[in-house]
Amino acid sequence: MQRSGIALDIKNLHKSFGNKVVHRGVSFQLYWNEILGLLGGSGSGKSLILRSIIGLEKPDQGEIIFDGKDLSQMGERELFPIRARISYVFQNGALFDSLSVEDNLAYPLREHTRLSEKEILEKVNEVLATVDMTGSNELFPAELSGGMQKRAGLARATISSPEIILFDEPTAGLDPINTHRLVRNIKSVKSRGTTGIFVTHDLPAAFEICHRIAILRQGQIYTVDTVDNIRNSKDPFVHAFIRGDEDGSGQEPQP
Amino acid sequence: MSELAIKHAVEQPGYFHSFAIRAGEKTLALIRFAGGFGVLCQQIGSEIIRRPFYFRLLIDQMLVIGVQSFVLVAVTALATGSVMALQFGLGLQKFGGTLYVPKIVSLAIAREMGPVFTSLLVAGRIGSGIAAEVASMKVTQQIDAIRALGTSPIQRIVIPRVLASMIALPILTLFADFISVFGAMIVCSTQLAIPPAFFVSKIFETLRIVDLSTGMAKTFVFAFFISVTACWKGLNTEGGTQGVGNSTTWVVVTSSIFIMVSDFFLTKFFFLTVFPKY
Repeated sequence: MQRSGIALDIKNLHKSFGNKVVHRGVSFQLYWNEILGLLGGSGSGKSLILRSIIGLEKPDQGEIIFDGKDLSQMGERELFPIRARISYVFQNGALFDSLSVEDNLAYPLREHTRLSEKEILEKVNEVLATVDMTGSNELFPAELSGGMQKRAGLARATISSPEIILFDEPTAGLDPINTHRLVRNIKSVKSRGTTGIFVTHDLPAAFEICHRIAILRQGQIYTVDTVDNIRNSKDPFVHAFIRGDEDGSGQEPQP
Repeated sequence: MSELAIKHAVEQPGYFHSFAIRAGEKTLALIRFAGGFGVLCQQIGSEIIRRPFYFRLLIDQMLVIGVQSFVLVAVTALATGSVMALQFGLGLQKFGGTLYVPKIVSLAIAREMGPVFTSLLVAGRIGSGIAAEVASMKVTQQIDAIRALGTSPIQRIVIPRVLASMIALPILTLFADFISVFGAMIVCSTQLAIPPAFFVSKIFETLRIVDLSTGMAKTFVFAFFISVTACWKGLNTEGGTQGVGNSTTWVVVTSSIFIMVSDFFLTKFFFLTVFPKY
């Protein structure tokens, strides 16, 4: 069943680390079946928004509404079932060193489903094929290239068919070929009607993958618009940001 | 400190200032550790009774901690027992007390040397290993990944390591006791002309279950402290690979100090409560 409406409602998030204020009232909505790109300068708190959504960080103030519940108020145990519905693609894959690729991918299925080992293996092989890693089951993370680790991380995040996927700079540090391959894999996930937030510095990837783009500036959402409108924006900051003009204050102000 | 030195130190405000800052930092770090240790103990207490229980991970950790430490512990125990027998034997020879060596050595090994040496070795090998492994998982976001996948790092990482340490260390200590005594027996036989049969009979005459069990009871405390400290430090590591190295060193130093200091209090406790009854 195709869902519509708001999937995640982020309201007035504030977060500081000591004297460093990162979020000063971040608000935006993520709609079902859309991929929302989240752009911003380095240190602007893009990844922190994703970490706050999934409960790895607690905001000082604000609400994160999912399925009628405020995730920011939930305890660690209450978040467990939510984390089975919202998955996170880590920047470096964050695969478990001590587990093979197969066991890494099987992890969420073993933890949250009652599938048999045979069914889990079938599912693992199926998902590995979607990220061009067929036959990599027995390899350990240390034996994988950076690109393969990220694709395996993507596979692990998508294997349990989550309702929302949070992508934390998945293309960072990859060469153009691996970036292209990963973008193709993410577009394949997107084509299944996936809902997600795509944090990146990679503008071409964001333009290719996302439906809308939000730009974070000085701890707040500066603008949210469609990819075409962002691309053709006349706003001086947005214009400078997407063209990488150094004088366009695309970077976060230094403390 | 001489009067002149004090005067010189007082005249230099930077000296006292930096000393006060360092002392304050150390105190804060100690308070932070005590609080973190307490919170982690509370989390272990509440998570250990919840499902799932990762029995397979417990077995894996027992193999890592117990089996892989065995050779190290055995060699050290053999050497310790041998050296003790030699030292006591040659020392007591002057007073014609060589025949007391089996009694003295076996009691010292069962009550003190076995538990303390084994725990120090485990603190060095396993404490550092746990800290390095957990810290690496922390800095490479694997701990975050465990949480993000809807599972508990306390259940998957901490509890198997703490339980495995608490099971493996007393068993290792028991092995170490036997191997130490065996080493002492060899030295007594070859260097002090004490026949093995006499040595064994004296040991049976001297050693009681309570001597072995109090020694092993100490290792429960040491194992809990080493493993919880290592996990806490690992989970709170920051600063990349340098942070991992710092955490590892810190755990070994802290655990070793704890073992030596708490051994005194535990020994005193057993002398007040257990030994008077026997």
